[in-house]
Amino acid sequence: MTSIAIPTGMPQYDDVPRFDVARVRADFPILDREINGHPLVYLDSANTSHKPRAVLDVLGEHYARHNANVSRSVHTLGTEATEAYEGARAKIAAFINAPSADEVVFTKNSTEAINLVAYAFSNASLRPDASVLAAPSRETDERFRLGPGDEVVISEMEHHSNIVPWQLLCERTGATLRWFPVTDGGRLDESGLDDLVTERTKIVSLVHMSNILGTINATSRITARVREVGALLLLDCSQSVPHLPIDVVDLDADYIVFTGHKMCGPTGIGVLWGRGELLAAMPPVFGGGSMIETVTMARSTFAAPPARFEAGTPPIAEAVALGAAVDYLTGIGMPAIQWHEKELTAYALDALGSVRDLRIFGPTVPVGRGGTISFALGDVHPHDVGQVLDSLGVQVRVGHHCAKPVCSRFGVPATTRASFYLYTTTEEIDALVAGLEQVRKVFD
Amino acid sequence: MQLDQLYQEIILDHYKHPHGRGLRDAEDLGDQVAEAHHVNPTCGDEVTVRVATDGAVLHDISYDGMGCSISQASASVLHELLRGRGTGEAFAVHEAFVELMSGRGQVTPDEDVLGDGVAFAGVARYPARVKCALLPWMAFKDAAARAGVGVSPEEVKA
Repeated sequence: MTSIAIPTGMPQYDDVPRFDVARVRADFPILDREINGHPLVYLDSANTSHKPRAVLDVLGEHYARHNANVSRSVHTLGTEATEAYEGARAKIAAFINAPSADEVVFTKNSTEAINLVAYAFSNASLRPDASVLAAPSRETDERFRLGPGDEVVISEMEHHSNIVPWQLLCERTGATLRWFPVTDGGRLDESGLDDLVTERTKIVSLVHMSNILGTINATSRITARVREVGALLLLDCSQSVPHLPIDVVDLDADYIVFTGHKMCGPTGIGVLWGRGELLAAMPPVFGGGSMIETVTMARSTFAAPPARFEAGTPPIAEAVALGAAVDYLTGIGMPAIQWHEKELTAYALDALGSVRDLRIFGPTVPVGRGGTISFALGDVHPHDVGQVLDSLGVQVRVGHHCAKPVCSRFGVPATTRASFYLYTTTEEIDALVAGLEQVRKVFD
Repeated sequence: MQLDQLYQEIILDHYKHPHGRGLRDAEDLGDQVAEAHHVNPTCGDEVTVRVATDGAVLHDISYDGMGCSISQASASVLHELLRGRGTGEAFAVHEAFVELMSGRGQVTPDEDVLGDGVAFAGVARYPARVKCALLPWMAFKDAAARAGVGVSPEEVKA
């Protein structure tokens, strides 16, 4: 093997942060598994990621050593559990560069986080005089009040979780739902931005990285327009927070949502981040324990965020384990993970491009996209593609990926999707390509 | 699991060369005609099954759809097995097919009853695919009921 020296002054190999994938893989017990007699090739991390031992240990350790309810006990275990739970909140805040840990609201997942915002709007819109629902000593904030003539803007690229809650909100309030189209190349079509986002717009809710096309949306033009018209911006970062460095100050959004299980954490824990001032002005959604200031039989007043939005006993161990996941990812380094996936994506786009009669949906260059690639193999149905790949140990997702409007946009009922993470290797992409040849043999 | 148990030659043959595909009008104008459109919400498979019957005989079962090899081959087999049969006979076949698909691979199919349908015995071992195989059969059941004939077994809980 010959090596070529890159002239000084040019970008060098070591300029980008890297990590040893083999060592990372050793942290994930499940990656030792065999599937149908073949080594596991897990290409479904956009669906859910695997969990490193560090996260599994913290989950077990919490129940084994520190289990108690949070925010209500004076005893030692209660104090330990509360410190661990609030400590996780602080870790997650730091991970996304939130100015304050109080801007991090724990939810069940991204879906619940989006619904929480939608129902806060709903509650603020119910009665003009519904000050009982408003934050203490505040009038219901006009920014959250929706009615006929007001508009909510989403895009054709959304996961169902960022479509249906807004459809329901518009049905309840009489507001109108509008959306950005998607280009043939799988990018957000911003050409109609000024007509779409107007003084009538109350909130724009967009996916940051598409779970089906892999597209990463550049948001700065949209943010500028949203500010100009005085609307709010929510970014669904379910697919971006696990894979790229995210800085909420830099993004300049009003809310972001993401979910723990796609970022090496457990299921059952997600995050709504909101600007502190906004959360403080939002009416509560779920009522119950922990979210109150004081309760009488006739009425209640409410705690400050984030407690206002966390009624009942939260998923404590899950939150603590998500904190451990964030520690794990930070230890490896998000810029290094981003770069690893960029190289994998470039490799995979090339490799898949060599498969006869394979059509990629979404950007075909590794720029402005992440490591999630949807494709069609001739006219073989994705279910059949996935079944043959599974028999070879290759785990991909097939179907509409909870993004039916995207499938309709590209004229297919379903796609096959391969998605990568920090533990994915180029050998696994080779196994996918070899598996696709096997699919051909069965169905040609 | 052995892939060829799932994708038997008979299934691939029906998939590549479907029998009786395409929605048709009734030849006998006196027939009751009704159809049902079923979708598999998890994967987006769709099938429309149309039944033409005089109440005693299923004169035609026509269908159209898009989906995976299992669902589309199953529609072809359904057409071949039940077209021209008396309703009572047809529902006995329907019941046998549903029983086979609900059997998790433990049911031995009777080829005299199920014909090419026996090829789906392997599908019953793949819980994620049972719904694919049943999709046209459940659409048929609805279409037949709308055309005024019988009610066959309840949908399985796959």
